[in-house]
Amino acid sequence: MAKVSKSPWMLHYDGSSCNGCDIEVLACLTPVYDVERFGVLNTGNPKHADILLITGGINTQNKPVVEQLYSQMPEPKVVCAVGICACNGGVFKDCYNIIGGVDKVLPVDVYVPGCAARPNAIIDGVVKAVAVLEEKRKKYKKERGEKA
Amino acid sequence: MRLLLVLGYVLLAPLVGGLLAGLDRKLTARMQGRIGPPLLQPFYDVKKLLNKEILLINNMQYLFAWCFIIFIVFTGGMFFAGGNILLVFFVFTTAAMFLVLEATTTNSPYSVMGANREMIQMLSYEPMILLTAVGFYTATEAALGQGTFTIREIISMPVPNVVYIPGIFIGFLFILTIKFRKSPFDISMSHHAHQEMVKGVTTELSGGMMAIIEISHWYENVFLYGIVAMFTLCAEWWSIPLTVGVIALTFFLEVLIDNTSARVKWDTMFKTTWVVTLIFGAINIFILQMFG
Ligand code: SF4
Repeated sequence: MAKVSKSPWMLHYDGSSCNGCDIEVLACLTPVYDVERFGVLNTGNPKHADILLITGGINTQNKPVVEQLYSQMPEPKVVCAVGICACNGGVFKDCYNIIGGVDKVLPVDVYVPGCAARPNAIIDGVVKAVAVLEEKRKKYKKERGEKA
Repeated sequence: MRLLLVLGYVLLAPLVGGLLAGLDRKLTARMQGRIGPPLLQPFYDVKKLLNKEILLINNMQYLFAWCFIIFIVFTGGMFFAGGNILLVFFVFTTAAMFLVLEATTTNSPYSVMGANREMIQMLSYEPMILLTAVGFYTATEAALGQGTFTIREIISMPVPNVVYIPGIFIGFLFILTIKFRKSPFDISMSHHAHQEMVKGVTTELSGGMMAIIEISHWYENVFLYGIVAMFTLCAEWWSIPLTVGVIALTFFLEVLIDNTSARVKWDTMFKTTWVVTLIFGAINIFILQMFG
């Protein structure tokens, strides 16, 4: 984590997850895993967030919500799909209301597989997301420089 | 000398405030049995925020956020120049008002709710702030025979002010929890996640605008510790280590209270602060006036 961003704030959104992955995401904040060591903060506000962490698949009802949350996040931003449900629908794939994984509506940068995804895997995913974030930040800075 | 102090405040306060915020987070983590972020984390956060896109709702947000930081820096500058404490408090209140205005212009429900709560907070702590100024006046009157609001004269008394106004000191420490936005009184905006109304007054601020608010909070905190110092500083040399000790203790207590108490409802906050203000503040001044 030496070169990459030191202050990724994440926004956790629960799609149609079974809550298994959500518990694991929250476990990352506990003393055992303590993601705040890396400067990761769990903010509840899309306007302050850098990483959108989604658990569970997309259904017809939460599709507009996810899209709106994403649009409210300032650039640069990354999306991280946690759990097999968020990756491609998982066990709920064939349900009548499930559209599929998060990548059906948003550009996903990092996929964290697992059912439920283990905290170590989630932290690993966040670290990967931070690397992507750093790349996007450089690109964003360049674009902004060109505009100005 | 005065110019040097003011310059020192304007240039160094963000540094000191940021370090204090980092220490705060580290200490909080340790109290919760975690390792916690690096000490310089607040600086990384602000740097990150400055590199992010600014999503504005309207241009008034810009204006009010800038007004907020300018007035806060102005307050601290006047304070460290050793000017009139009453004037300092008035400018300070004005600054707080700009944050409320900023939140109100956005029209976002969370922001507006935060603004309402911020105003309730102001209603709660404002009497104590005014009593503090009056307290310093009565303390100097009791000690020197001639009352004064000038900070330079207040801190060069033969004995520390706190000897005369211990009640005011306790009352001020009580409202400090509101001003530092610490639990149990962090109802308008909390530094911790999972607040019932997102991020309160700062919900609609993104990127660089949020960085400005963060930096002004650092300025604000240094100024508030300055007020704490006024209670213990006097003409004697030993008051300086004493002041450092008292500030360190205040800092530790604030973090401890933050970590051990749950957020209260606004009416509980309002009632307790007014009761504390009346019992400790008003009675202290009354006794001084009667027997001082
Ligand atoms: S991946 Fe498994 S644990 Fe996670 S939300 Fe889906 S079913 Fe639940």
